[in-house]
Amino acid sequence: MLDRVYEKDVAITGIGQSEIARPSQLSGMRLTVDACLEAIADAGLKRSDIDGIACWPGDNNNGNSFSPVGPNALQNALGLQVNWFGGGYEGPGPLAGIINGAMAIASGLCRNVLVFRTITESTARQSNKEASALSNKTQGRDSSFAWQWYTPFNVLSASNLIAMYAQRHFHDYGTTPEQLAQIALNARRNAQVNPKAIYRTPMTMDDYMQSRMISSPLRMFDCDVHCDASTAIVLSRKDVARDAPNPPIRIEAIGSALNQPWSWDQISLTEGAAFDAGKMMWSRTDLKPSDVGAAQLYDGFSILTMIWLEALNLCPKGESGSFVEGGHRIARDGPLPINTNGGQLSGGRTHGLGYVHEACLQLWGKAGDRQIAEHQVAVTAAGGGPLGGSLLLVKD
Amino acid sequence: MPRKLPALNADNRAFWQGGKSDALLMHYCHSCTRFFHPPGPVCPNCASFDVNPRRVSGRGKVASFTINHQPWVPELNEPFVIAIVELEEQAGLRFVTNIEDLAVEDVFIGMPVRVRFRQEDDVWLPLFIKE
Repeated sequence: MLDRVYEKDVAITGIGQSEIARPSQLSGMRLTVDACLEAIADAGLKRSDIDGIACWPGDNNNGNSFSPVGPNALQNALGLQVNWFGGGYEGPGPLAGIINGAMAIASGLCRNVLVFRTITESTARQSNKEASALSNKTQGRDSSFAWQWYTPFNVLSASNLIAMYAQRHFHDYGTTPEQLAQIALNARRNAQVNPKAIYRTPMTMDDYMQSRMISSPLRMFDCDVHCDASTAIVLSRKDVARDAPNPPIRIEAIGSALNQPWSWDQISLTEGAAFDAGKMMWSRTDLKPSDVGAAQLYDGFSILTMIWLEALNLCPKGESGSFVEGGHRIARDGPLPINTNGGQLSGGRTHGLGYVHEACLQLWGKAGDRQIAEHQVAVTAAGGGPLGGSLLLVKD
Repeated sequence: MPRKLPALNADNRAFWQGGKSDALLMHYCHSCTRFFHPPGPVCPNCASFDVNPRRVSGRGKVASFTINHQPWVPELNEPFVIAIVELEEQAGLRFVTNIEDLAVEDVFIGMPVRVRFRQEDDVWLPLFIKE
């Protein structure tokens, strides 16, 4: 039994997001500033109230298009005065900024932490179609801890590794392409009522099945769509959050565990880190999976959404295929709406915080034409393979 | 397209250069009498330093695979098979590789394979063919 669940001292008080464009004419910093100032204002705060900055993964001291802006650059650009700031790729995946920021608040370092995530992969691909190839991660020989085991075999995209998770899921559980398609079709239906989504034209099962194979069994529509965007979330200490204009969205429980090797091929192919995160998250709350009103689940690749459904106990292990069959259960008017803004598959690869942004919009009843039924509990999760983090969010 | 090759060091050299002697070398812990991968200076199971590379048969089976169709870079010669091969010596002892010399649509999970090395510069890549 845990004597203290630190995240219960922390709430989301504000959200912000830049334009989502393919590509944007704005700089990565401008996108970031747009998102951050909107989030600070949404929380009813001023710049001077922000005393912490968190980001995953930060700019890795090179500012490439995967993450062009980190906490150092943002502190400088916005003239912030902070007690604590940090970023870095290592950690439980794209939600690590929230998880770290919540720790900074719970430990007494900060009262209001600005968390953000910026990506400019669309702009990068305008000038270099090979920009996303893993072989470009390092110059010359590959000395990276992880990728040296994959790139010599012409694994040039994460899709190759995640395709092998999908193939194994198909083999072990009888999951079908038609079932996998439901993740993409659901995302597209939701994107059609999201004015910021990248892909808004209707998509049929035939369109999906005819989309070209990228890395079997993953087709083009199983892979998310590059964009330029920034998303920001303001975290506040529980007592500070009470004075905020938005009803606070409490962080009820966090999942950040990794009990398997950090590796894309040594980790369980059908579970990844997601199962470790899900188990941890549910161990830190009295709420149950049946309490969840909406789920925003990572869809960098469609199979990862299926794995998260199982990892978070939203359906039994191995049964995500039949769970999503026909698409009714996961639709906006179904019992468990997922990826209500179109996810990354159709909405755009905001990479992580987009799910949190959407979860908050839905909890606050601000999701416009795509608003789902009122609910108090939402779950968000992000990552694939060895990356996995989840958040259980509650609006009281 | 020339393959991206690993930077060699004291921990990984045996794996990447074993093929020079036609040997697939996997790190082995003498304390818990188990192989582990990727190679490192210490056993991740028992933290023993009593580890060293040990020759294995080079036979295994396909644990999962994908057929890559996407031309991520020029001259990739797609489609080709990427696989995770599990070695016969130990459950879970596996790594990413390519399966060659077969029609890509013929690969399947559980397919028996054996190693065949390909030298590129000072690296001997452990690729696999159907057994």
